[in-house]
Amino acid sequence: MLNVREHNSESSALRVPVPMPAFRVVHPLPVGNRALKRKNASSAPKTDPEAPDWVMLIARIRDHQDRAAFARVFQHFAPRVKAFLMKSGADATLAEECAQDVMTTLWRKAHMFDPTRASVATWIFTIARNRRIDMLRRQRRPEPEELTWGPEAEPTQEDVLSLQEESEKLRQAITDLPDAQKELIERAFFGDLSHSEIAAETGLPLGTIKSRIRLALDRLRHAMK
Amino acid sequence: MTDKIKHHLSDDLLIAYSAGLLNEAFSLMVATHVSLCDTCRAQLESFDAVGGAILEGSGLPDVPQVAMSPDAIDAIFATIDLAPAQETRAARRKDDVLPAPLQDYVGGDLAAVKWRPVGMGVKQAILPTAKGATARLLYIPAGAAVPDHSHNGTELTMVLKGAFSDEYDSFGPGDVETADQDVTHTPVADISEDCICLAVTDAPLKFKGVIPRMLQPFLRI
Ligand SMILES: [Zn+2]
Repeated sequence: MLNVREHNSESSALRVPVPMPAFRVVHPLPVGNRALKRKNASSAPKTDPEAPDWVMLIARIRDHQDRAAFARVFQHFAPRVKAFLMKSGADATLAEECAQDVMTTLWRKAHMFDPTRASVATWIFTIARNRRIDMLRRQRRPEPEELTWGPEAEPTQEDVLSLQEESEKLRQAITDLPDAQKELIERAFFGDLSHSEIAAETGLPLGTIKSRIRLALDRLRHAMK
Repeated sequence: MTDKIKHHLSDDLLIAYSAGLLNEAFSLMVATHVSLCDTCRAQLESFDAVGGAILEGSGLPDVPQVAMSPDAIDAIFATIDLAPAQETRAARRKDDVLPAPLQDYVGGDLAAVKWRPVGMGVKQAILPTAKGATARLLYIPAGAAVPDHSHNGTELTMVLKGAFSDEYDSFGPGDVETADQDVTHTPVADISEDCICLAVTDAPLKFKGVIPRMLQPFLRI
């Protein structure tokens, strides 16, 4: 579970006493995250018991500029972000530089992370993706308006937990996809699909690729019900 | 407004935006619509969640990781010490017509738009986006028709104020009309109010280099 674990073996460096991560929450929307619809928030998630509580670590960065918390997040996510950027065509030097930028952005924008709408992994993915657009295309990336904070709307721990649990369910659902679909989805989101590569590697016509991606998304939706 | 939106963005567009593969003009359309539409925002967030899950490692057997340089974290702390936390973008004022992503391009709300007449009382303002696609604001006087405009590729038109109808359907604030190149249509603004729209067109898109050409037909852009 993603409860605050003040006393686990790894928290010795994280000694700053903090309350529960009290992120402000946005006004509740009439529409839930469609693919992540909260059907049964109490159903047991298959959360890795060893996984750190990322939400709490981001709260520590935000509230206490906690460098040890940042180091934990960095250690886990930075190598993944770097791999993501290299898959997109960056060489090691550029990917290193951009991954550092991504992690710096995470520190600076920690107050903007909303754990009732995204997992920490999802949030980092969006930062890394934006950095990639800048890196590869040197184009601006128009971003939607932030949802306005409601002063009265403190997030409940339950909202935070259920979103993080749903995220874990989604991760599992992707893991369970047939390999061909999983691979295409992964490539689509990692942005390293190119016509010639696909043709050379799979020989699949575009129509097949398109329908596989759709099929994979349908399966995910079904799995999340 | 959000409950009244009937015409939404396609999943294909939202996926491409989430994966970071859309050109700037179409990204501006997505960002603008999502600013107004909770349904599409939720849908987009679920696609982002797929990206997050893959980053976290639910894809192929080995989670891709590449070691960072040993002094990376010190370099980051040095950068952090130099600059404070980032502020959020100021919220849009209540009466503003243009959502924040558009205001970023216009440099303000409607009053800041530099209109140019294109005939029959219709005005437009081209927004400065990267090559490959065009974004513009359209001002259509109440009851007027958009003069014949040809587009080679797909054109998305979103109503910001007022409403318009064409041979196929009617569109109010927040609604997006998708017209493929084989569609000939004549949008006419409702007579009750002048109509302001954001329109994006792909002058046939050319993806370069590592940006996937194969997604072009998939995304119908
Ligand atoms: Zn919508």
